[in-house]
Amino acid sequence: MKRLKLPPWLVLLLPAILILSAVVLIPLVLSLYSSFTSYRLTRPDSIFNWVGLFNYEKAVTDAKFWAAFGRTVLLLTVALNLEMLLGLGLALMVSKVTHGQRLLRTMMMFPMMFSPILVGFQFKFIFNDNVGLVNNALQSLGITDRAIPWLVDADLAMFSIIFAEVWTATSVFGILILAGLYAIPRDPLEAAKVDGCTSWQSFRYVTLPFLMPFIYIAMAIRSLDVARAYDIVQVMTNGGPARRTELLWTLIGRTGYVDARMGYANAMGYISIFLAIFFTVYFFKKLTKSRKELGMGA
Amino acid sequence: MAQVHLRNVVKKYGVLEVVHAINLDIADSEFVVLVGPSGCGKSTTLRMVAGLEAISGGEVHIGGRVVNDLPPRERNISMVFQNYALYPHMSVRENLGFSLKISKRSQADIDKAVDEAAEILSLTPLLDRKPGALSGGQRQRVAMGRAIVRHPEVFLFDEPLSNLDAKLRTQMRVEIKKLHQKLKSTIIYVTHDQVEAMTLADRIVIMRDGHIEQIGTPLDVFENPVNTFVATFIGSPPMNLLDGVVKEGQIEFGDGTCLAVPPAYSTYDGQAVTFGVRADNIMPVGHALPRGEHMAEVEMTVDLTEPLGTETLLFTVLAGTEVQAKMLNPRPVRSGERMTFQIMLDKCHLFDADTGATLKK
Repeated sequence: MKRLKLPPWLVLLLPAILILSAVVLIPLVLSLYSSFTSYRLTRPDSIFNWVGLFNYEKAVTDAKFWAAFGRTVLLLTVALNLEMLLGLGLALMVSKVTHGQRLLRTMMMFPMMFSPILVGFQFKFIFNDNVGLVNNALQSLGITDRAIPWLVDADLAMFSIIFAEVWTATSVFGILILAGLYAIPRDPLEAAKVDGCTSWQSFRYVTLPFLMPFIYIAMAIRSLDVARAYDIVQVMTNGGPARRTELLWTLIGRTGYVDARMGYANAMGYISIFLAIFFTVYFFKKLTKSRKELGMGA
Repeated sequence: MAQVHLRNVVKKYGVLEVVHAINLDIADSEFVVLVGPSGCGKSTTLRMVAGLEAISGGEVHIGGRVVNDLPPRERNISMVFQNYALYPHMSVRENLGFSLKISKRSQADIDKAVDEAAEILSLTPLLDRKPGALSGGQRQRVAMGRAIVRHPEVFLFDEPLSNLDAKLRTQMRVEIKKLHQKLKSTIIYVTHDQVEAMTLADRIVIMRDGHIEQIGTPLDVFENPVNTFVATFIGSPPMNLLDGVVKEGQIEFGDGTCLAVPPAYSTYDGQAVTFGVRADNIMPVGHALPRGEHMAEVEMTVDLTEPLGTETLLFTVLAGTEVQAKMLNPRPVRSGERMTFQIMLDKCHLFDADTGATLKK
């Protein structure tokens, strides 16, 4: 019997090819394929039922999908900008502290140490309309005498989710911007002082341009994070009540696993991924541009 | 343009005093160079004038005003930094015009001032480039341009040429000198390089350990150093110093060698002294300029030579101490060669052996 002889380069690459296929390629191809079928988890043989672009047509004409899409973009925009502004303020203040700065920097990281699920539960409790801290505090202070439905009212629920999101992730911006502040050379700042800048002008014209690459790195990382937001929302509101806080991935998760319509969920997933890719590409472009302006990189 | 006065200016970091009550008067449109070894307080002094360091004591006057508590922007100064300190995200044009933009001048004014400065420093072809695309010398010129667009009362230079290579440094030195002649502005210039100090300054201020050692014109500090520190710091190679005792018209050195006392110092019989002579005043017979009435002749062995083209430095030993001599119209010299040297005693100095201070002639 003649043994099969593979070329050496293929033998050497085979482990990597096998692992990548198992972990990335096969799931990717399978999920892409299933988005063109009427695959339901409850009827496994439906995976062979080819329906063409039906799932995609359904998704792009589905108001619920676009509502979730819009809400996700809203969350991204509001949360990222708030986190950036608060993180910037935090970093600027911490950088001015002369004693105990190490301790403060460590404390800044605390929110990042908690699982988003736990943060979700924590804020679910804080914003609970009966036993929650916020309503209790408001009522004790006499600001209101009724129970505000923080997690039930559509706008307030979105606000509460954004609040939790900002609480968890402001420190990501804070830490990265702080690193940026440490990296700014002293000379241009002194030159700006001599050139007649007030503190605000020094910040606006010298400090901020130096910080922009760091801000964009944080934005790129966080945009991926927020675009796939699931856990906090799932725990705090479960996308409800009545889908008022439904985001893309809570909708997709529900469709795939609760309604068992995996083919349709995969189709929505593929559309949603473009959102994440769009934001990442956008921020990386900005990053490259701001680095180029500073004469860094190519 | 303006006068600058420092009155008992002190700088302390906590309990550590790094500048000790210095006094300095700088005249209108004078070019003053602060020079000294690193850590002598020269940059700190400049930064106090600029307003980048708080003044711990005393007063700084610029143009008749006490500026101690004014921020840099209200002092009407401009500064050129060692690392150029350009704004990397702005083009050369924006860098030059930045201070004017900040002070809300009209765009036409800014353009005019920028073009003028660019013309003076031949930066016109580079105006649209970013600092990252410039060479070291060009960046330094932009930094200087940024300083001159505002027509400030005082220019401050903090070791502006230290980051440039030797050739460019020489070129820029000439440009700075020309610039001063053109602008007639008051300049305070900090350097650790005595050649820069000698070539640029109207007056040199030599600093050590937070004190001013001597203030004078370049020739004055070269020819009449107040102590051994200034004598060795100014001039290249540094002044040769030998310890000895004055005895009956002779200086007797440690190993018993004797030299006649320079005639100007005839009254120090019995005193322990440091004898100072520059390489320019020890020359081998036949390779020297004939000068001075009082000469001493000594025979010495040449250990090492440094040919410099028009002259050669000879390293030899006098009375147990290594000394450097200078040979004009040089010929090749073997190491180990015995030569007869002339020492021009009129040009020699005597310092107090304990304090290092110069002795009165």
